[in-house]
Amino acid sequence: MLASIIASGLALGAVYALIGITYNVMFAASRVMSFTAGQLGMLGGVFGALFVGRLGVPGPVGLVLTLAACAAVGVLTEIIAVRPVLASLEKHLYVLSTLAAALLIQQLTAIEWSTEPQPFPRLLGLGSGILDEKFWLPVLACAAVIGGLEWMYRRTLVGRAFIAIAEDNFAARALGLPERRLRMASFALAGAVAGLAGFSSGQLLLAFFANGAMLNFYGFVPVALGGLGNNRGAVLGGLALGLFQQAANFTVGGVFASVLVFTVFIVVLLAAPQGLFGAPAVRRV
Amino acid sequence: MPYIALARTRLAVPRSMFAALPYFALLLVALALPLAGQEYWTVIATRAAIYWVLVSGLNLVVGFAGQLAIGYVALLTLGAYTASVLVERAGVHPFLALAAAAVVGAMAGVVVGLPALRLRTFYFAMTTLGFATIVTQVALAWTGVTGGGIGVPGPSLAAPFDTAQGFYLLCIALAAACTWMTLNAANSRFGRSLVAIRDAEVAAEACGVAKARLLMLVFLFSGALAGIAGGLFATLQSYITPDAFTFDLSVLFFIAILIGGRGSVLGPLLATLLLTALPEFAAPLVAWSTFLYAALLLVIVLLVPGGIADVLDFRSRRALPSGRAVVPRIQLLPALLSYGVSRDDLTLRGIALSFGAVRAIDGLDLDLRPGEVHGLIGPNGSGKTTTLNAICGFAVPQSGTVRIGGTTLPLGAAPRRAAAGIGRTFQTPRIVGEASVIDNVMIGGTILGRATLIETLLTLPRHRREEAALRDRAMTALRLVGLEALAAIRADRLQHSELRFVEIARALMPTPRFLLLDEPAAGLSAIEIERLGQLVVAISRQGTGVLLVEHHADLIFAVCDRVTVLNLGQTLASGTPAEIQAHRDVVEAYLGR
Repeated sequence: MLASIIASGLALGAVYALIGITYNVMFAASRVMSFTAGQLGMLGGVFGALFVGRLGVPGPVGLVLTLAACAAVGVLTEIIAVRPVLASLEKHLYVLSTLAAALLIQQLTAIEWSTEPQPFPRLLGLGSGILDEKFWLPVLACAAVIGGLEWMYRRTLVGRAFIAIAEDNFAARALGLPERRLRMASFALAGAVAGLAGFSSGQLLLAFFANGAMLNFYGFVPVALGGLGNNRGAVLGGLALGLFQQAANFTVGGVFASVLVFTVFIVVLLAAPQGLFGAPAVRRV
Repeated sequence: MPYIALARTRLAVPRSMFAALPYFALLLVALALPLAGQEYWTVIATRAAIYWVLVSGLNLVVGFAGQLAIGYVALLTLGAYTASVLVERAGVHPFLALAAAAVVGAMAGVVVGLPALRLRTFYFAMTTLGFATIVTQVALAWTGVTGGGIGVPGPSLAAPFDTAQGFYLLCIALAAACTWMTLNAANSRFGRSLVAIRDAEVAAEACGVAKARLLMLVFLFSGALAGIAGGLFATLQSYITPDAFTFDLSVLFFIAILIGGRGSVLGPLLATLLLTALPEFAAPLVAWSTFLYAALLLVIVLLVPGGIADVLDFRSRRALPSGRAVVPRIQLLPALLSYGVSRDDLTLRGIALSFGAVRAIDGLDLDLRPGEVHGLIGPNGSGKTTTLNAICGFAVPQSGTVRIGGTTLPLGAAPRRAAAGIGRTFQTPRIVGEASVIDNVMIGGTILGRATLIETLLTLPRHRREEAALRDRAMTALRLVGLEALAAIRADRLQHSELRFVEIARALMPTPRFLLLDEPAAGLSAIEIERLGQLVVAISRQGTGVLLVEHHADLIFAVCDRVTVLNLGQTLASGTPAEIQAHRDVVEAYLGR
């Protein structure tokens, strides 16, 4: 049982961590927390099942197509739900506009795809039991994303531009950085990260429209606990959440696991609203 | 003056008569509906009425207080199961069960709302979402009580409510009562304070609005209504399973308020009717209903953030007269400010406050005396506004004391300063743009109110008395600053200089013993600065101690009795205006002559 807990806990934890990173990537470029993060993850699974499962596209090509499609949806979100709000005076309206966008994605998927969970094809055919690919593929994807992001932020000009935008938007623009293009790029990147999360966990979570809301919440928990914009916090928080949830799942059962996760989430958040590794609030007057 | 004519034409007819018309029209239509003989319409209308019972309460949370509670279906679920299980498994009388549903809903409302005191927008929205998920899961798993996926029969009411029509009339009566109560709450210090929390939280605190207490009250009330709605919903459904409480319902409730318009009761009411009826007009739309709601939400947020209420607000589209001038009427001051014998000073001793490594104030002593204007000047970053914030409790000094007479004020604790007799204005006016000018001024009188929320909901005599007195006083304050003709106008339509005077009127409402003005002359014309100066002097002569933070040296030297010059968080000089003007260090450091 311990092995199963660890295998499924790490797998789910990696997915939560990736959705958490999706939140962070979008937030860094726009100061917007978007309800679409989990929906993009859900779309990763649905597009994967569509391309590889239904249309019979080879796995690697299906992956590329899925990531491209999710990146496109990410950019679309930016255009219809984020950019107009950032241009208006009341920036907190983003909560509502991204909620609307998320609901649009979810309902469209439910109507056009299916309201029932659909199977996701086996990708590599490697491993069985607790070493099945469905358990280690998400972990692999998570590791790849962290490595890739670290490399990008440290070694590439685009990555440094992202950091500059996140650090001080006005100063970055004054330096001549193309803020709008970078924001679109980061939403594309966020879409791809979430798409990868959904694709790699397809065999575990299946291609199911309701995964969006689920991932939205469980992907947000590590962000909230780890502190906004803190990717390391999101990964640690995500893995811890996955293990904790699965341990509770196996020992006390699904409902109590959910109640437990929710309670811990609320209590920690009330004790430290800025997260365990976050910065304190700013001056108000 | 163009003002006077404007005031006469606008205020001649009591506005409340016009305002009540749409509600009576809706009620008439609702009562006439069963006569149409279409039982299906009655069922739809019953559902709309039940939804409105929930939405009317949620409206105070979302539309007025601006808290993004999106998971309210959880409270509907709790209410429905409480009522059904009590009737089915314990044999409780249906109306008692409905009352129990209200109690459970109220308690759950507080549980859902509690995080709002610490968490902001997206975070709070997420916690309510999480709560909704949990409640559904528990309803599914707790089969012994809820029947799990099989469900439980809803409570059936006794005659005369056992027929479709009887039940419909009961729901309409409850919906009408909810409308009436929330309208009462909206037009009271509770409603005004909620909107102030939403749009000008800092100003609300400075006016003494106790945010935590107020929000908890509103969550209790809206939770109780949601619980009752749940019980009625179970009766309407006649059999409930967790499937009946989809997240789509939460979306409907939440979106109805936003489409209706924040801070309105009529708008969300119309939107609730619209959203409930919309899918019924075309059967193929049912599957797409949530998609349509979401699309509607997006359109509303991006194009008409004010919602239906904004579209219906014809009054705010008429042009205001141009070339307005603010002319205070100083002779009205005695009617507004009269003090007893208390002659205590406000004293600061050894105040030190740093932000990280930056010492904003470094051991400051200051005395404000009743009846005097005390100027506080200094270059940018010398700690003027921080001093003001330390007095008001918005900034917490690391050491030092703030006292009025013999009473030491707790450091921090901004919402308790108004009751201690400290009022203030802000460097950039903090006004509720969507509220009328007089409502903004009335927010200043929040701490004068004694009536409880229950008295307000039922418009009992004490509430009515207080409300009338407060409105009177606010009108006097507006006459004093010369803005009475704009009383009914939305505050965001005013000019910057007018907002400055609205803030002063608001700060004077509770008769502050000390009035702190943070750069009140910024953005004013020369003639307006002169009038402001006269007003400030007159206010102090009533016995108010005024602290004036300003960059306009002329104003400072014209009106102040004493002046303190700050530099790098320390007192550079202190004395009469004449002494300061002759002070060498001041001239070098600040006046630049």
